[in-house]
Amino acid sequence: MFAYIVRRVFLMLVTLFGISVIIFVLLRVVPGNIVDILFDAAGFVDPADKANLERELGLNQPIVIQYLHWIGGLLHGDLGYSYVSEKPALEEILPRIPITARLAGLALLFSASIGIPLGVISAVHQGSKLDYALRVVSLSGLSLPSFWLGLLILMASVSLFGTMPIFNPNPKTWLEALTIYAVPAMAVGFRSAALTMRITRSSMLEILRQDYIRTARAKGASEASVNYHHALKNAVLPVITVIGIEAAFLIGGLIVTETVFNIPGIARFLVEALRWRDYPIVQNLVMFIAVVVVVVNFIVDMLYAAIDPRIRFGD
Amino acid sequence: MRSVQALAVAVLSVLTIGDVSRAAEPKSGGIFRIYHRDSPGSASIHEGATYSVNIPFMPIFNNLVIFDQHIAQNSASTIRPELAESWAWSGDNKTLTFKLRKDVKWHDGKPFTAADVKCTFDMLMGKSQQKFRQNPRKSWYDQVDEVTTNGDYEASFKLKRPQPALLSLLASGYSPVYPCHVSPAEMRTKPVGTGPFKFVEFKANESIKLTKNPDYFKKGLPYLDGIEFTIITNRSTAILGFVSGKFDMTFPTEVSIPLLKDVKSQDSKAVCVVEPNNVSTNIIINSSGPPFDNLDIRRALALALDRKAFIQIMFEGQGDIGGTMEPAPDGLWAMPKEMLESIPGYGPDIEKNREEARKLMQKAGYGPDKHLQIKVSTRNIAVYRDPAIILIDQIKSIYIDAELDVVDTAQWFPKIARKDYSLGLNLTGNAVDEPDQSFYENYACGSERNYTNYCNKDIEKLFDQQSEETDLDKRRKLVWEIDKKLQEDVARPIIFHARTGTCWKPYVKNVTIMSNSSYNGYRYEDVWLDK
Repeated sequence: MFAYIVRRVFLMLVTLFGISVIIFVLLRVVPGNIVDILFDAAGFVDPADKANLERELGLNQPIVIQYLHWIGGLLHGDLGYSYVSEKPALEEILPRIPITARLAGLALLFSASIGIPLGVISAVHQGSKLDYALRVVSLSGLSLPSFWLGLLILMASVSLFGTMPIFNPNPKTWLEALTIYAVPAMAVGFRSAALTMRITRSSMLEILRQDYIRTARAKGASEASVNYHHALKNAVLPVITVIGIEAAFLIGGLIVTETVFNIPGIARFLVEALRWRDYPIVQNLVMFIAVVVVVVNFIVDMLYAAIDPRIRFGD
Repeated sequence: MRSVQALAVAVLSVLTIGDVSRAAEPKSGGIFRIYHRDSPGSASIHEGATYSVNIPFMPIFNNLVIFDQHIAQNSASTIRPELAESWAWSGDNKTLTFKLRKDVKWHDGKPFTAADVKCTFDMLMGKSQQKFRQNPRKSWYDQVDEVTTNGDYEASFKLKRPQPALLSLLASGYSPVYPCHVSPAEMRTKPVGTGPFKFVEFKANESIKLTKNPDYFKKGLPYLDGIEFTIITNRSTAILGFVSGKFDMTFPTEVSIPLLKDVKSQDSKAVCVVEPNNVSTNIIINSSGPPFDNLDIRRALALALDRKAFIQIMFEGQGDIGGTMEPAPDGLWAMPKEMLESIPGYGPDIEKNREEARKLMQKAGYGPDKHLQIKVSTRNIAVYRDPAIILIDQIKSIYIDAELDVVDTAQWFPKIARKDYSLGLNLTGNAVDEPDQSFYENYACGSERNYTNYCNKDIEKLFDQQSEETDLDKRRKLVWEIDKKLQEDVARPIIFHARTGTCWKPYVKNVTIMSNSSYNGYRYEDVWLDK
């Protein structure tokens, strides 16, 4: 197991290095830089001012030098300065991380706590009216875009209660805190809940047909024990994989959800930074997201090994 | 009986008057909450060219002079003193001298003096050590030879030749006085002003907060405790926020006509106004090569336009037809209707115009069997894209088959600058309803914002002639003549001038939306909340 962990950590570092190069090159390949965008706002381009600004921001240097400058800074904990706000990138990024982390965590919690039990119920009652109803719910979850669902929630909130949640970093009551995070978390987590439900259902159905389940029933084990102890334990492996992958995909859903609910998290910030070609913010944020995804994948693999002794690699 | 009735009416009248006077008495306190349409690139008004910067940051500053904040139509007669107590032109109209107030302090406690005026305008003219990152209105001061001071409280603008328009340019929201002791870089992030509100914080994509300046030199002002802009880029969310009472006002002039109806249907008490904003939608033509180096084809294009159709489709009829200068009655320099309609393409008979256009196209070698193939380039923003699509549809009638070429915002100006386009759909906003600003910026030979490189030395002489003219009537006639020639030359065909909406809650008092500028009406020093 130890050798496996060491190997995985090494691979993680290689992956992150590769990602850093790709992010850096892709960002420079995208047409236009911050200077073009700033002059776009001014309505004209003055070549002399443009050259001055490019020099000021270090954009006139060769791309390799720019890359080394970034990575060198990163290794020393210096993320550079935002081109737009002229504040340290770390100062801009750091306060936004907990906001998105809470939102993503709640969305994943919602996805697992709704998706897994409903998936099990659906599989156990296969072919029943309840099963069909749950399948319709999961299908709608996969079909409804989160921005549309978010807007629908906001419109319903305004027309039914005459108010709407606007992000407040210091909520005064639990209810306010709940509306700030829970409602958008549901909007963004609905899709993953539906996916989790479907995967749990199909995985459970497959397991429930196995010989050892029949044996457990023959030995007189209760339905609950068969379903939850024998079947679910084995059916949950692909579900964990899906939740792990969803954690990576969640950022896409969070971008629109943070925009619709006006939540100042990193997802919306990333899009704005991209619009301005604010390289220090974009490359550090994408790198941060990459680290999270790689680490989540690593944790999923570790969970796999912990749950299923057959796949304890290296042992 | 009659006397009893009379008494009742009198009592009622007194009560009503009493109510009105009580309601009209400004109350202090409260935070004025507005949503902001996007995150401005910086807090520096001098480096910005969009009212995304003016609206939230104008309350921090003062100008030497300012357009009266409660007269919707900006004009020379509505200019009021701010940091200047008074102003005077010299006999030869070449020196404009301002006597300055002595009781003004910057928000950091340092005194305001004439040196601040000099260093602000020296920077704008590019004459100082410290430079702006961008200086989009440098050309406004082309006729200023130098700014001099006489002691701490007098500053003079010495001109190369008379330019009466200078005072209007100085009265724009784009002309605040900056402090000498704060660097341009700091002004982008933590602006220091003398104005009614002090800067608190600017969190990109989140909010901009201003607080009351208790030491404001206008005693008793401002009434508000602060102003808070919440940045909401999603328009639907922002409007829902206004309707549900999270905001007291929408972002000024950002509510489209269909959205305005939506707001009124959900919040019937909301006060909504629709005003022109001195932004024209126009066509930029690359006449440096074929096919538009042929004047006949350019004229045919101008003749093919059905301006009313654009306004009907895009704004449900709420728009105006005019030349370069904003149409009357809100615009001060617009050509009379008869003069406008005498310009090719402005006549009311569209079919007749298009028949003439087809003849010109045939003369240039095109016809039913040989259509001209071009691209119409524009930015990937709805207010650009939508009229471009209508334009493509309209020019089909004169044998032009056009394809929409949507350009990323970052690439728009570099593309225009390298002349890599045939036709472009463009929007031009005028900061001040003032011919000098419009003509020199958009049509003068060599100007950076003259995207089409239109250059006509004869018209340029007329630009100078009108600019020097101190007789208002004579100047107006010259301006009409110039505007007519620009349209006849198809320099930058103007399609329409838009109108847009602003809504606020009924308890918001003393807000005036300017009718001939989108940049000058956001000081908010005497706005108050009646709640």
